[in-house]
Amino acid sequence: MEAPLLHLALVGTPNSGKTSLFNALTGSRQKVANYPGVTVERKEGFFVTPLGRQVSVVDLPGTYSLRGRSPDEEITRDFVLGKASGETLPDLVLCVADSTNLRLTIRLLLELKRTGRPMILVLNMFDIASRRGITVDVKRLAKELGVPVVTSIAVRKGGTADLLKLTDEISAALAAEPVENSWRALGVSELRATQREADRIIADCVSLPARPDTWTARIDAIVLHPVGGLIVLALILFVMFQAVFAWAQPAMELLKSGFDSLGELVQATLPDGLLQSFLQNGVISGVGSVIVFLPQIILIFLFILLLEDFGYMARAAFLMDRIMGGAGLHGRAFIPLLSSFACAIPGIMATRVIDNKRDRLTTILIAPLMTCSARIPVYTLIISAFIPARDVWGFINLQGLVMFGLYAAGIISALLVSFVIKFFMLRDFVPAPFMLELPDYKMPRLKSIVIGIYTRAKMFLQRAGTTIFSMMVLIWFLASFPQPPAGATGPAIEFSLAAMIGKALEPLLAPVGFNWQIAVALIPGMAAREVAVAALGTVYAIEGGSEAVEQIGQVLATKWSLATALSMLAWYIFAPQCASTLAVIRRETGSWAWMGATFAYMLVLAYAASLVTYNVAVALGAG
Amino acid sequence: MTDTTDTRSHMPLGLAQRGYTGVIQHLAAKEAGSALSDVELESRLIELGFVEGARVEILHEGLVGRDPIAVRVDSTTIAVRRREAMAIIVA
Ligand SMILES: Nc1nc2c(ncn2[C@@H]2O[C@H](COP(=O)(O)OP(=O)(O)OP(=O)(O)O)[C@@H](O)[C@H]2O)c(=O)[nH]1
Ligand SMILES: [Mg+2]
Repeated sequence: MEAPLLHLALVGTPNSGKTSLFNALTGSRQKVANYPGVTVERKEGFFVTPLGRQVSVVDLPGTYSLRGRSPDEEITRDFVLGKASGETLPDLVLCVADSTNLRLTIRLLLELKRTGRPMILVLNMFDIASRRGITVDVKRLAKELGVPVVTSIAVRKGGTADLLKLTDEISAALAAEPVENSWRALGVSELRATQREADRIIADCVSLPARPDTWTARIDAIVLHPVGGLIVLALILFVMFQAVFAWAQPAMELLKSGFDSLGELVQATLPDGLLQSFLQNGVISGVGSVIVFLPQIILIFLFILLLEDFGYMARAAFLMDRIMGGAGLHGRAFIPLLSSFACAIPGIMATRVIDNKRDRLTTILIAPLMTCSARIPVYTLIISAFIPARDVWGFINLQGLVMFGLYAAGIISALLVSFVIKFFMLRDFVPAPFMLELPDYKMPRLKSIVIGIYTRAKMFLQRAGTTIFSMMVLIWFLASFPQPPAGATGPAIEFSLAAMIGKALEPLLAPVGFNWQIAVALIPGMAAREVAVAALGTVYAIEGGSEAVEQIGQVLATKWSLATALSMLAWYIFAPQCASTLAVIRRETGSWAWMGATFAYMLVLAYAASLVTYNVAVALGAG
Repeated sequence: MTDTTDTRSHMPLGLAQRGYTGVIQHLAAKEAGSALSDVELESRLIELGFVEGARVEILHEGLVGRDPIAVRVDSTTIAVRRREAMAIIVA
């Protein structure tokens, strides 16, 4: 008879390498980074042990105790205690420890023992511990703790071999009858006693060299310097946004000319008609105009991944704590907000680590104001069409500077909105505490960076192929039908459904300087921000007729005034143009009302910002 | 232990300067005026390793009001605000 599926659970303090271990065991590619609180969901994976036992393993958010103080810690608590509905209790708990820092995990392990689940202590990151001269008497530790202990190196090939072997041995001998669960929330004195007990065991079994990681100390002397640290942070952000603009250009030019020749090829080989128009205007001018931005998106992800893997995120939170505090936010909120530069969705999920409900809600509400990567195509398109590419002060690219300004506008408005929310919600006078472990720096691992970028690039292309493509088909259809009556003059698109819809909306948007083509592009742009670029590409391509194989950027430069362009930029800083973000807000807040509130406040801000921008620009003669 | 090491007077870690090193004497959550309840604050501090007898050192401090502080507690570095650090009595 085949042995039943063995259920494992990975539990441990934050940043101990649970997800790395999960990835190593199951071959998955879950997100790993060097700061506490990366994993905020439970994830299940499967593998087969060397002896052929089928295993299901669940990765859980890191936690210091089973008290469940924040939504992510509750997930771990409920899973370990079997409170989660429809979940089986794990047959074996793998308690994962960072070997360089055992105190907190050993205390957690003593608490976990009370749940009565069979357990293994996994001394992970054993490579770092050995390098630092930390030695552990594994046998003695196992005896003192009363659980098997094994070392592992989650990020090295074969680094989990001992763990797999032990799992086989233990699973063969697992008792089938349920064990008594005597866990209850620990009181302060019990907590203290378990920490003392943990410290005693560590003193007996582990020998620590006195010196901490010298590299971390040296880097922190600069990075956490009260003044120097803030300058470094500003510099990192500045270089990041400059780079997104300047470094990606060559690759983007290459993609652009690729799509251009593709368009010419289609025009040359296919007969004039609907099929030619669909491929050229709908697919190539539409979807192609979004794919062109792939290099920029890869670059911004590269920066964020490097910062995350290096261990900088927790430092940024430290530096920003008081500054964010002035706006009524929590220093901890900086990590979700910085992740939102990539995409607001993981950013909103990451707020689960914030224990204070109102702090968390505020962070969720403002996360969509951070400039996500989907805005990059819109910003870049307009900036390259309207802002001259010259250098200011000799070395700063003006276009990059405007890009930086747009990012800054997003951040500042997020802080202002949070300040207003704080004011209206009459938040607690005393700010919620900020307590965060600052992990030692780690060299970013090439493999995990490559995998991270590959996954993001794949997601982007998949979106281009699905959401954006289907929106483009719709736009192409609306912009092409009905066909003009015989003998009609003027561009064919004037007779289409798209023109009718756009013109119906135009009066609403005229005060902010948007023409009917923009109005049409904004509607499918609700699905995803980049769609607006693709939609403009298609609408103007159809309008231009088959002879105009012009770049969308050049078209805009001739069709829009500078005031309209600036107004559009202002609109995109605020507009709630992303259905998936709204859906995640609804899920994470558990309320339609908060989703509606986010949508409404962002829309109002977008309209107001565009109105002001447009009218000021016109008054200054840019109309 | 109390008589020999008690040449320095007890003080809250929240008042200490950068570079300060000492040993935790006891926790006094009541004194901190944190948004958390006393029990909750004390539990969290213990969970982060702030227990009696642990060595602490203030490694870094922030710009505004020298807040927050980065504290070395044995083998870990923890960022806390001075307000919460008022509950940690050191000497
Ligand atoms: N050198 C070394 N680094 C490791 C090892 N295991 C994990 N890491 C690194 O440690 C960091 C944290 O790893 P994660 O797997 O994200 O930790 P986690 O326990 O899942 O963290 P949370 O989800 O935040 O609780 C990452 O930078 C990993 O690359 C190891 O065995 N050796
Ligand atoms: Mg994880």
